[in-house]
Amino acid sequence: MGRITLDKVTKSFGDTNVIPPLDLTINDGEFVVFVGPSGCGKSTLLRLIAGLEDVSSGQIRIDGEDATNLAPAKRKLAMVFQSYALYPHMSVRKNIAFPMKMAGVDEAEQKKRIEAAAKALNLTDYLDRRPGQLSGGQRQRVAIGRAIVREPSAFLFDEPLSNLDAALRVNMRLEISELHNQLKTTMIYVTHDQVEAMTMADKIVVLRAGHIEQVGSPLELYREPRNKFVAGFIGSPKMNFIEGSVAAQHGAHTIGIRPEHITASETAGLWQGVVGVAEHLGSDTFLHVHNTGLTDTITVRVNGEFGLRHGDTVYLNPEMDKLHKFDAQGLRIA
Amino acid sequence: MARAVTPQRKIINTAAAWAVGLAIFFPILWTILTSFKTEAQAIADPPIFLGFDWTLENYKVVMERSDYAKYLWNSIIIAGGSTLLGVIIAVPAAWSMAFVPSRRTKDILMWMLSTKMLPAVGVLYPIYLLFIKLGILDSQIGLVIVLMLINLPIIVWMLYTYFKEIPGEILEAARMDGATLKEEVIYILTPMAVPGIASTILLNVILAWNEAFWTLNLTAAKAAPLTAFIASYSSPEGLFYAKLSAASTMAIAPILILGWFSQKQLVSGLTFGAVK
Amino acid sequence: MATQHSRSAARLMLAPAVILLLGWMLVPLIMTLYFSFKNYLPLRGGDLGWAGFENYTRFVTSSSFWPSVATTLIIVGGVLFITVILGIFLAILLNQPMWGQGIVRILVIAPFFVMPTVSALVWKNMFMDPNYGLLAYLWEFFGATPVEWLSKASMPSIITIVSWQWLPFATLILLTAIQSLDSEQLEAAEMDGASATKRFAYITLPHLGRAITVVILIQTIFLLSIFAEIFVTTGGAFGTKTLSYLIFQRVLESQNVGLGSAGGVYAIILANIVAVFLMRIVGKNLDA
Repeated sequence: MGRITLDKVTKSFGDTNVIPPLDLTINDGEFVVFVGPSGCGKSTLLRLIAGLEDVSSGQIRIDGEDATNLAPAKRKLAMVFQSYALYPHMSVRKNIAFPMKMAGVDEAEQKKRIEAAAKALNLTDYLDRRPGQLSGGQRQRVAIGRAIVREPSAFLFDEPLSNLDAALRVNMRLEISELHNQLKTTMIYVTHDQVEAMTMADKIVVLRAGHIEQVGSPLELYREPRNKFVAGFIGSPKMNFIEGSVAAQHGAHTIGIRPEHITASETAGLWQGVVGVAEHLGSDTFLHVHNTGLTDTITVRVNGEFGLRHGDTVYLNPEMDKLHKFDAQGLRIA
Repeated sequence: MARAVTPQRKIINTAAAWAVGLAIFFPILWTILTSFKTEAQAIADPPIFLGFDWTLENYKVVMERSDYAKYLWNSIIIAGGSTLLGVIIAVPAAWSMAFVPSRRTKDILMWMLSTKMLPAVGVLYPIYLLFIKLGILDSQIGLVIVLMLINLPIIVWMLYTYFKEIPGEILEAARMDGATLKEEVIYILTPMAVPGIASTILLNVILAWNEAFWTLNLTAAKAAPLTAFIASYSSPEGLFYAKLSAASTMAIAPILILGWFSQKQLVSGLTFGAVK
Repeated sequence: MATQHSRSAARLMLAPAVILLLGWMLVPLIMTLYFSFKNYLPLRGGDLGWAGFENYTRFVTSSSFWPSVATTLIIVGGVLFITVILGIFLAILLNQPMWGQGIVRILVIAPFFVMPTVSALVWKNMFMDPNYGLLAYLWEFFGATPVEWLSKASMPSIITIVSWQWLPFATLILLTAIQSLDSEQLEAAEMDGASATKRFAYITLPHLGRAITVVILIQTIFLLSIFAEIFVTTGGAFGTKTLSYLIFQRVLESQNVGLGSAGGVYAIILANIVAVFLMRIVGKNLDA
């Protein structure tokens, strides 16, 4: 079980209010990602759930029980830290065994669980090494192993992949997703990387300055961002925003169109501009188009290779049914 | 400095450094050499460097004159006991300041250090009276307590600087893993801080071993450590250079050997954890 | 990191150290204050009643008071000056590539292990004795008249002895600091055309700032209370009576506890002035 409910939770450090009253329910077995720019309070929120910080007011319930003032150890949660936080003076085996030792699990059971975790995480050959002798990815897996063996009711991940290089990050992303499919345990995952959020989450919580901007599945957020902030944050490259008369034609203060919802043409189109930087990725081409008279730069994603170069004229055709409209406050107009 | 150095340059460096090193070490070397001379050779004109008749006579005389073993034992108990007691009290305090800092942490640390600046003579008589009242004048336990108190600020400060280098996330991980505060300190913090704690212990053993105000003023016969043993050679016996040298060598040898064997920890300890 | 629970635990764990030090500071301090207002002569009648501020005025108007303050400051200042300057020089020397660096370092640290009573005795008798001391031989060898170091040049002699004891400490701290200096910084400065002297002045020296602060702080703490070096060598004669030593004489040698206690209060005030002064510098330079 792992149902976590936050009820009017607030947190302030001195006079600074980091989390205004916040309500959130995380269902058993869900993979929930907290995403937002740095300083949005997502890590603080995770630490409140973990019990590493006190809430200033409000209530946290885990499986229906009030856990607001429970010590971290008693919440039956496991956490994977950004720095992995492995115990450098212990072997991998002892690191993984530590939570079981603290819980008084008997030796035979400890051994069984360590071996199962090591097998699942490809650590069998490294059990007697020290964390210092492992690569970043291996350390990450040890940290996960240490979390798994506790059989917690929920896993908390605090930006676990941010210290890994790009290729490894993609791998670990898959491994964590797979782990979730196997264990079906609640996971709460904090990241500033919207790609991680989109690829892993059942439910994304977008945070800004401690506020929840929107909660929903990745595609809900992609298709119907509730406001300009979410629209700009979810999706890569970022959504283009156009203000002024063009927006007014659509009855909005601002209109938004994603780069993948614009087609580029060398001959004819609704909008006209000059190619600035063209990023040729092979599978896609990103064009940064200037001098459209709409906004500084319009980003366009073109499938496959595209012949235009810096300085060429390009014509753009937005898909009108994929247009997002926002009012002066930045809220979505239905 | 990845750059290659010319051999000439290295030779000059080596010569200069060895010359300075030997000059600084010379008084100690001379003392050790003199302790093996006869009294006449010790004051020979011109001084004899190595070509003398090596003798152990001085050591024998010094041993006969006073109970070296007793002084040594007192020194060991006082220096070791005060340091251990200090570390036991300082570890929790340093944990608090390093991992749960508050606005006052820095002030408390500075205040602790400032208690070390209080002139000992200013409070000598009150302490003397208290010791008589408590019946711990000229006792090992009395000196253990006093030396623990005067070194406590240094121990706290050093441990604090070492603890601060341990990432807080690791302690939080232990907390998430179900460790109680006590288990966190015993299983995680202390083993991780072993090099720092070792340096702290070493340096404070040396400071306590060499402390010469309280040990001289609060002891008489029973609990007197090596500082008192050597002070009895002030004068006029001080003019018997060979015996003075033998006694001096015996007083400093234990700590000199300890220091040399644990050079690495000691160097880090000597910087009081404040310079990396 | 900080929950209510861990904060209260922290207070609890800090308490023993704070309470002990507070007791260690306050109990003797209050007793000293009490005695300082008394006519208290343990060997000549004991407690002879209240003295008001008489002890304070007597102590401060005694002809030895101001010279003792000056002596204290000269010794502390002199030793600091010598150890810091020589320490920087030695640290740079020891940081050069050479053979047997480890052994040289052992030789240089050694004086720190020598207890003050021993070093004072050895220096006094075997080096500074005008008849049989090694320095006397050296002077005679060059045809000079041996100097009566501890009576004719008492202050320089004591400063020399104490500096010898503390030079290893200063050298080691400064050496550690120099070794932590990023060599790329120096190389960048060299590329920018800075000469060796300029590199020292603008890169190495500022980098040593924190280390020098530590040296000054720690040494001052210990130097303000030097005792054995004076006790063993001159016994406070020949203008080497520090404030500490003067009080020691009043309390133990003349057994005038009231007068000595008043002196103790002055010493505590002086130490506090130095402490406040030091903490100012340190607070700025040391992110403790």
